[in-house]
Amino acid sequence: MTATLTKPPVDVPAEPEQPRRKMNVGAVLNWVATHALGLALGLMFATPVVFVFLTAVMSDDQAFTADLWPREWHWENFVEVFDKAPLFQYLVNSLTYSLLATAGMLISSIPAAYALAKLKWRGRNIAFILVIGAMMLPPQVVAVPLYDTWSSLGLTGSLVPLIAPYFLFDAFSIFLLRQFMLTIPQSYVDAARVDGCSEFQALVRIIVPMAKPGIAATALFCFLFTWNDYFGPLLYTGEVKEQWTLSLALATFKGMHIVQWNSSMAVTFLTMIPAVILFVFAQKSFVKGITFTGVKG
Amino acid sequence: MTATLGARPAPGRGRARARHRLAVLGFMAPAIIGFAIFFVYPLIATVIFSFTKYDLINAPEFNGLANYEFMFKDPLLTKAIGNTLWFVVVLTIARTVFALGVASVIARLKSGVGLIRTLCYLPSLAPPVAATLVFFMVMRPNGGPLDSVLGWFGIDSPLWFADPAWSRPGITAIMLWISGDLMIIILAAILDVPQEQYEAAELDGAGPIRRWWHVTLPTISPVLLFGIVNSVILALQLFTQAVVAGSAASGAADATGSTKYLGFPDNSTLTFPVYLYTQGFRYFDMGYAAAMATVLFIISFAVTIVLVQRMRKNSTAEEGGPGA
Repeated sequence: MTATLTKPPVDVPAEPEQPRRKMNVGAVLNWVATHALGLALGLMFATPVVFVFLTAVMSDDQAFTADLWPREWHWENFVEVFDKAPLFQYLVNSLTYSLLATAGMLISSIPAAYALAKLKWRGRNIAFILVIGAMMLPPQVVAVPLYDTWSSLGLTGSLVPLIAPYFLFDAFSIFLLRQFMLTIPQSYVDAARVDGCSEFQALVRIIVPMAKPGIAATALFCFLFTWNDYFGPLLYTGEVKEQWTLSLALATFKGMHIVQWNSSMAVTFLTMIPAVILFVFAQKSFVKGITFTGVKG
Repeated sequence: MTATLGARPAPGRGRARARHRLAVLGFMAPAIIGFAIFFVYPLIATVIFSFTKYDLINAPEFNGLANYEFMFKDPLLTKAIGNTLWFVVVLTIARTVFALGVASVIARLKSGVGLIRTLCYLPSLAPPVAATLVFFMVMRPNGGPLDSVLGWFGIDSPLWFADPAWSRPGITAIMLWISGDLMIIILAAILDVPQEQYEAAELDGAGPIRRWWHVTLPTISPVLLFGIVNSVILALQLFTQAVVAGSAASGAADATGSTKYLGFPDNSTLTFPVYLYTQGFRYFDMGYAAAMATVLFIISFAVTIVLVQRMRKNSTAEEGGPGA
């Protein structure tokens, strides 16, 4: 039932010797065709970013042409964009939003997910359905009254309306953490209770250490979701340039006085790097987290 | 070691139950407060606002069904609904079929799986704004990389994001590029299909294509249904890619100050959420935006019910199995 993606699919062919004897031209062609197709798919997904990168290192003049390959490699383009727009400020804003939101999410969502996964109480199923409902709701549905409220508090134009909700409720994180915690056998929790642990101790000493991979995956998704968020920053900080996040600033790169293709592609490339770094370091968490959103539940 | 709750001495029961209740309440408290503030209140307020005329400065003024009546006379709303329906149909089909296709190919690979899976998945982590700009640059007419490549084959590139007929297909292409999460979910489901089922089908003389059709597809159909529902929700919410593609293609100087780029070109990228945003936060017609939000709420509520029902069916099936 658990997704077996982490299992190397190389194991799948059962006996290595028998098929080799039977291997015929058809099988070889099949292998070649499948792998050529797989390679083509991989290249298809990678190519757009390669073009972006190649454009980013072109000279100002060449970036306007139809050339695909840079004549000279202008690595300094990646540095110069920091002079053309207050990218450092946007980076700080993005990090503030993503890190604080992720921290808040962990504080509020781990206990709630534990209560939904491991404690028995009346209304638990309804509560879980409400979590799913909140997860599915387009953010635009609740935007009008929320904007109205934040604006009357004088907090629009700051990052507060974006970060604050995570300290109370983040539906997707609660959902994902609950799915992970369901896979921890109930007997561990029961044993902790028999040993005299309070529910809080059971959560901190037993569940949290066991759910570490799930917590890591949830934190990654939360960080990336907020890092990638566009609607939230547009709604609440659109008018205040000093509060823009990288995503929002990137969408208005022409407003950032970056009209050249090489500069705008350099910024685009830079904003994609954090996700790649996180993925390289936490590939397993990502894949596990992704499969949990779909297969389980 | 394996003692259960029931083995507890009777006298402590009442107190234990009270403590249990307190623990549940304590764990759920932030979530309950957050849900009330960020979902219950705004949902009720949205419905109330939808019967008013409100511009954020003057107090809301009750105007009955006027906002809803105006919907039927608003050609831009008709356009926005049409655009969103286009995405619901085209994007849902394209995304599910595409993710299934890619996952099926990856599942058959014997070497290089990790690399190709990573290449296919990574774009889905890119910020949607960046992904949109990537495609905007790659697909730019007159000298863009795709234009050059198509040129080698003698094909004229369409104007993509500058052409009302091609802007939505262009956005669909972006969405396929970032559909790696669904691919991974489907791939996991395919790899989870019991090997014996394939062997049984092989003994019956089924070739690879028939095995895929008769064994793989039926077994992973719950995950495909998840993919379809997930894509419908994605299509209903489509906002970022539409706004960014529109603003980039229109050449707007500042994407936060003006409205002329929203829906560019010719309102072809004006999706329902984009129009809601325009009315509410550009024209500050909060009452009309709230009425649209109410309609969007009802639609996404219906879609969510489909998903919840599938999950319920799944979880009851799971409880029948070992270790519920």
